[in-house]
Amino acid sequence: MEVNILVGGAAGQGMETIMNLLGKSLVREGCGLIYTKDYMSRVRGGHNFSRLRIASGKPWAIVESIDIMVALNEETYYHHRDNLAPSGRVIFDPRSFSLPEDENRGVPVELQKLAEEAGGKVMANTVAVGALLVLMGLQTSTVEDLLHDTFAGKEGVAEKNIVALKAGFDAAAQFCSACFDLPPRNEDGNKLFIDGNQVLGMAALASGCRFLSAYPMTPSTGVMNYLAGKSKDYPLVVEQAEDEIAAINMALGASYTGIRALTCTSGGGFSLMVEGVSLAGMTEIPLVIIVAMRPGPATGLPTRTEQADLEFVIHSGHGEFPRAVLSATSHEDAFYRLNKAFELADRYQTPVFFLSDQNFADTHRSVEPFDFDRLSYNRFIAEENGYEKPYKRYRNTESGISPRALPGQFEGEVVLVDSDEHDENGNIIEDASTRRLMVEKRMRKLASLAEEMDEPDFYGDPHPELLLIGWGSTYGVLREAVDALITLGTKTGMLHFSDLWPLPQKRLKNLLAEVERSYCLENNAGGQLAALIRRETGLSIKGSIIKYDGRPFLAREIVEEVKNDL
Amino acid sequence: MIYKADDYMLGETAWCPGCGNFAIRGALAAALSALDLKPHQVLICSGIGQAAKIPHYLRVNGFNGLHGRALSPAVGARVANKNLKVIVESGDGDSYGEGGNHFIHNIRRNPDIAHFVHDNQVYGLTKGQASPTSEPGMKTGVQVDGVVLPPLNPLSLALVLGAGFVARCFSGEKEHLQETMEAAIEFPGYALIDILQPCISFNKINTWGWYKKRIYYPEINDPQDWMAAMELSRQWGDKIPLGIFYSSPRPTFESSSRALEGEPLSLKPFDPLQVAEVQDEFL
Repeated sequence: MEVNILVGGAAGQGMETIMNLLGKSLVREGCGLIYTKDYMSRVRGGHNFSRLRIASGKPWAIVESIDIMVALNEETYYHHRDNLAPSGRVIFDPRSFSLPEDENRGVPVELQKLAEEAGGKVMANTVAVGALLVLMGLQTSTVEDLLHDTFAGKEGVAEKNIVALKAGFDAAAQFCSACFDLPPRNEDGNKLFIDGNQVLGMAALASGCRFLSAYPMTPSTGVMNYLAGKSKDYPLVVEQAEDEIAAINMALGASYTGIRALTCTSGGGFSLMVEGVSLAGMTEIPLVIIVAMRPGPATGLPTRTEQADLEFVIHSGHGEFPRAVLSATSHEDAFYRLNKAFELADRYQTPVFFLSDQNFADTHRSVEPFDFDRLSYNRFIAEENGYEKPYKRYRNTESGISPRALPGQFEGEVVLVDSDEHDENGNIIEDASTRRLMVEKRMRKLASLAEEMDEPDFYGDPHPELLLIGWGSTYGVLREAVDALITLGTKTGMLHFSDLWPLPQKRLKNLLAEVERSYCLENNAGGQLAALIRRETGLSIKGSIIKYDGRPFLAREIVEEVKNDL
Repeated sequence: MIYKADDYMLGETAWCPGCGNFAIRGALAAALSALDLKPHQVLICSGIGQAAKIPHYLRVNGFNGLHGRALSPAVGARVANKNLKVIVESGDGDSYGEGGNHFIHNIRRNPDIAHFVHDNQVYGLTKGQASPTSEPGMKTGVQVDGVVLPPLNPLSLALVLGAGFVARCFSGEKEHLQETMEAAIEFPGYALIDILQPCISFNKINTWGWYKKRIYYPEINDPQDWMAAMELSRQWGDKIPLGIFYSSPRPTFESSSRALEGEPLSLKPFDPLQVAEVQDEFL
């Protein structure tokens, strides 16, 4: 039992307002949901839409089929009517356009007029939410509470919106009341309604990050927005840099001087950062970099999704130095995974990447509140009597990790970092033996860093014949595909990577030895994870399911590809 | 302990004998000593080039970063620990060429940083190509018919962008350089000194003698007179003025941030449980 909603219109018509209001109140009502955005790279016009799926338990991915469509313009209706279920409904404004005569699923609601009567046409979206509620058999009280929360201190605004909400509710009730059954709901409703960028921003704040320097770039900007909002109340500085080069170099300066620092960007901006990545490797300065992928090359499809920067990030920056590359299976995982990124960066004094993408960044889900007790905060900074004197920033050690002191920390000691090859003091050198010593010191960190990588997550039949392999934001859709394939009688399992580099190999090798068929599933054209696995393990994943049109996978597509291949 | 100028000196340098860098380093060491700044209280950020090697030759904290990117880590360092005196020191190519965008926007940002540019009007480390400040007509291995582009005027540019402290010095006038450095270090906000400096290896036009003949100290009655400063910044040729052309503080980058009130961010303790309430807004 599930309800699938699509809200579409031109950019600027406020689909997001509807979905945020509806989504959050549904979560408060105890619904499990997922909400995704499909939008164009423009400020006004075009065709944008959002999908919201309410399903029992945990919906992991959206589906194409639509039960309720809110068509804020005519284009939305024609664009999506083929996916509207026979029993579906279309909420539309009859003063704006009419549906064809043979369309009997319409629910006309005078969105603009009712909004104006309530106090302003800006509230047309609230009218639409009222209509959506009645179709699903819900009352308006939860949304009313939410409006009071949202407009706290502006009671007039909240009241007007409530008038608009009720007007939409009453108008739609004449045509269809409770024509859709919501799945069983959980009792307490104590879940978060949150998107991927917000999860990452919150994880950074809760990991003690005190500086974000970045340049706005879709789809990473949400992290910046979140943290900028928090800089009013927490000891945190967010600086919009003049370019991505400045962004990463500012973050390195802040990290060197003693605070946890972050930068975030997408592929094009990351291209500008890579010299700084190399600098982090050479100077052994901890740094966390979030790369939210979108389709390239160059400007590509700015608001769409792709997983094509895995190889780029693993190899980014000239020269050789250790690094870790992490991603996350889900919103739940991402919160703790980004904390791990900060811990690894500080412990190994090296850059650590978190690979996100538009599909993860812009997707809201209902999730359990996070457990802040599970977060770590260890800075691995030298203590007064915990280092050999005189202090040397790059003192050679067995682990390759040198004691890290901060500039100004100890009277009489100075901390020198250098992008040139250097000696233990940090002073520029050119002799061969010191060069060897330093290369070996840095690269020694890689062995213990590899031990820190988590094995990929397994889900599905414990003795699979068929194995689907993926990474990052495809976890949810793969999980739904696995469930569907099992229902269809194929013993299916999935292996999903969060930690990608150094590549954890044990579970993968064990499972590949057991299964008859395996597929690597990726949102890119080149099959980058499959190539990485082949390079690191010598094992070939025979099957490949790839998608590079900028849109996330649908479970149906995966099931069809696997079935067609039988 | 009290640090004398010599106590900051460190190591064998990779500079050519007779290079203006020695005088600039000496003036900075004397300035640090005069201001009673101890080595651990000072950070020098630099880029790449002969001038940018200075963190290796002075006993202070050093961030010898990437070409053109000296200002950016300096800003980050100010965010993390505002108790540090942060100085950026690099050449004209590094500061005005490769780092042009950061030069422009950090003047707007106005962090409390003293920026000392060793301006020898030529690229030294790559052996003699034109820099953004090279004289038109100067022939090099790359500019074989002579420099065509008009020179960038860093002082006029800084003034137009709203820099609070703009000065010109000459490496051959060490006492004046030291005094001006002290003033720049003490100035609250971004402070630029364009330090004219001969390059004995590659710049055969702007030599020590060439400068010596032209430099003079104009009378500067009101250092807050922007128009007068602008006029001085545009004087070049037969007469080249030295001095603090403009000095007028405006609100700094640091003063605009609530998080930077009180003790430095790097000293503020943290525990994830302190911020757990942050997720309540998503309920």
